[in-house]
Amino acid sequence: MSLWQSLLDAWQILVNAWPTLTANSFALGGLLFLLSAGFSLIFGLMRIPNLMHGSFFMLGAYLGVSLLDTGLVIGGTLFPNGLSLFGLTILEHAITIPRITLVPRVPEIFAAALISGVIVAVIGGVIERFLLRRLEGQVLPQVLLTLGFAFIIADICLMIWTGDPWQPATPSYLGGAVQVLGIFFPFYRLVILAVAVAIAIALWIMVDWTRLGAMIRAGVDDPPIARVVGIKVSRLFTLIFCLGAALAAFAGVMGAPYLAVYPGLDFDMLPLALIVVILGGTGSLLGALVGSFLIGFLYNFGQAMFPNLAYFILFLPMVLVLVLRPQGLFGRVVA
Amino acid sequence: MSRWVRYGAAAVALLLLVTLPSWIGNPYYINIASQVLLFAVFALALNILVGYAGLVSLGHAGLLAVAGYTAALLLQAGYGHFLADSGAIVVTLAASAIFAVLALRATGIGFLMITLALGQIIWGIAYRWASLTNGDNGVNVATRPAPFGISLSNAPSFYFFTLVVFLLALASMAMFVRSPFGASLAGTRDQARRMNALGYNVWLIRFLAMMVSGFWTGVAGLLFIYYNQFISPQVAALTTSAEVLLMVIAGGTATLFGPIAGAAIVVIMKNVVSAYIERWNLVLGIIFVLIISFMPEGLVPGSARLARWAWQGLRARFNGADAARPVEERGP
Repeated sequence: MSLWQSLLDAWQILVNAWPTLTANSFALGGLLFLLSAGFSLIFGLMRIPNLMHGSFFMLGAYLGVSLLDTGLVIGGTLFPNGLSLFGLTILEHAITIPRITLVPRVPEIFAAALISGVIVAVIGGVIERFLLRRLEGQVLPQVLLTLGFAFIIADICLMIWTGDPWQPATPSYLGGAVQVLGIFFPFYRLVILAVAVAIAIALWIMVDWTRLGAMIRAGVDDPPIARVVGIKVSRLFTLIFCLGAALAAFAGVMGAPYLAVYPGLDFDMLPLALIVVILGGTGSLLGALVGSFLIGFLYNFGQAMFPNLAYFILFLPMVLVLVLRPQGLFGRVVA
Repeated sequence: MSRWVRYGAAAVALLLLVTLPSWIGNPYYINIASQVLLFAVFALALNILVGYAGLVSLGHAGLLAVAGYTAALLLQAGYGHFLADSGAIVVTLAASAIFAVLALRATGIGFLMITLALGQIIWGIAYRWASLTNGDNGVNVATRPAPFGISLSNAPSFYFFTLVVFLLALASMAMFVRSPFGASLAGTRDQARRMNALGYNVWLIRFLAMMVSGFWTGVAGLLFIYYNQFISPQVAALTTSAEVLLMVIAGGTATLFGPIAGAAIVVIMKNVVSAYIERWNLVLGIIFVLIISFMPEGLVPGSARLARWAWQGLRARFNGADAARPVEERGP
């Protein structure tokens, strides 16, 4: 096939599929933001790239999809069929929670995402508190420890959920397409985007406007001085680590109907988060946001238009940023 | 005295390595020995960066795959072994230069992140660019080369070939470490700013270290495809980078023999584990966590430390007991 022909094909795909591609790009960008915001904050505060972050995404997705599959409904009855995970019966009977029925219909997928986020946050917190903490100040061993756990989590997921990909159906009330300016967009993709934007705003308010955020910023800027003025930096580490893990798991569940869950999802997402942070600059929420959507668009359009070269296309902005602005688009030079 | 002990040990080790096929016999085990040697070359290459330059790369599987794929594709296109292999080395050096130029924009953890991202991009290209790399199905390498007319098709002959390459790599590494360049590289690892102030071009030294490492990684990649006669995207996966990094840190970084011991440990363990269960990744992760938690300096120095500690503890207790006895009952 000639170069001209493949360019023509790419143009055809662009013209025909751009609404879907745009919606997918926004959705992937939103998911990447949820993933890389935590990654970036952990990096900013602890100075280590958490190589388990993709694993948190995948583990969260598996947990959430399992919860959905067991028939989790929040409207009054939790676990109507009891709960059994990994073949173990955990709950025999349903749990009734009357107060939540006040909310007419919380989509199960959000409930599943929240619960799975909490579970993964606890797992992350345990690893941080009991293993990473012992290696404080030794950057390389900490990174390699997270890499070791990435392999462990990947293999445990393979053991429990087998190698078959698992794609839950898009929740019916979030399915379908919406018409904007005469063009149809898949609705669920926009839901992901809306959730990501809401969380981005919440994170921004937290980091920029609250006391906790001021403490986090102080910890990012200068951990020793922050300690001197009485900020419990190690407690902040744990908090941020748990928050990052929870966001990654939440994103995994929200993304499951779109990306599916499969072995290897962890190491598909981790480099994307790395590239987002390299592009946006470490420790910067705005950088994570811009980088996420940039990569979301490049990845989706690249993959549809030039399927062979999708990874080359990711490589290009990284080269440009590293050569022209190595601290990232919104990163600051740390003395 | 100690120097003669060392020479003697080296001579015995060499003798053992050369005679290994004759006392092992079974081709399966000879093949494992070949694997150990080829991964030792790979680990020695990475150790230049991790041990002597203080730059931890998690993208070296990508460079290995670049060498392997280039040679395999050139061979498939009908070129001879010499041309395919030299082409592969040239392309690997070019890829190493790109890696170096980008990753050396940062040091420390930034270097690790960038090499990891670059390695994953190479994995993605190997996996997705199916019209070039044949995707998941991989590329077959029909024949092994026959240097000077010696066929390498059976296990012992390939073992000897790998041994020769391994000894060359080891000798070059020993020379490299003792050379002024090796010393200046260790200087950039320990005191980059002072080296800079002394007039050394820190960036250039690191760049050259990356190229040397890339060269031997390319050689290891060629050994790899000739050993397996096959290459697939699996080679470029993060697991391979992590395995070779584990070899380096398990054996002890910045030592000449650490990576070799690490390669032997990891390859043998991988073969033993894979024979019983399918959970190699789990075992790999657990070894990582255990080594880093308990023996961060590597298995060889770590075991030495634990043994010394235990010995001192015993001696202290013995001496303590001795001192408590009346003078006339004490031992000599």
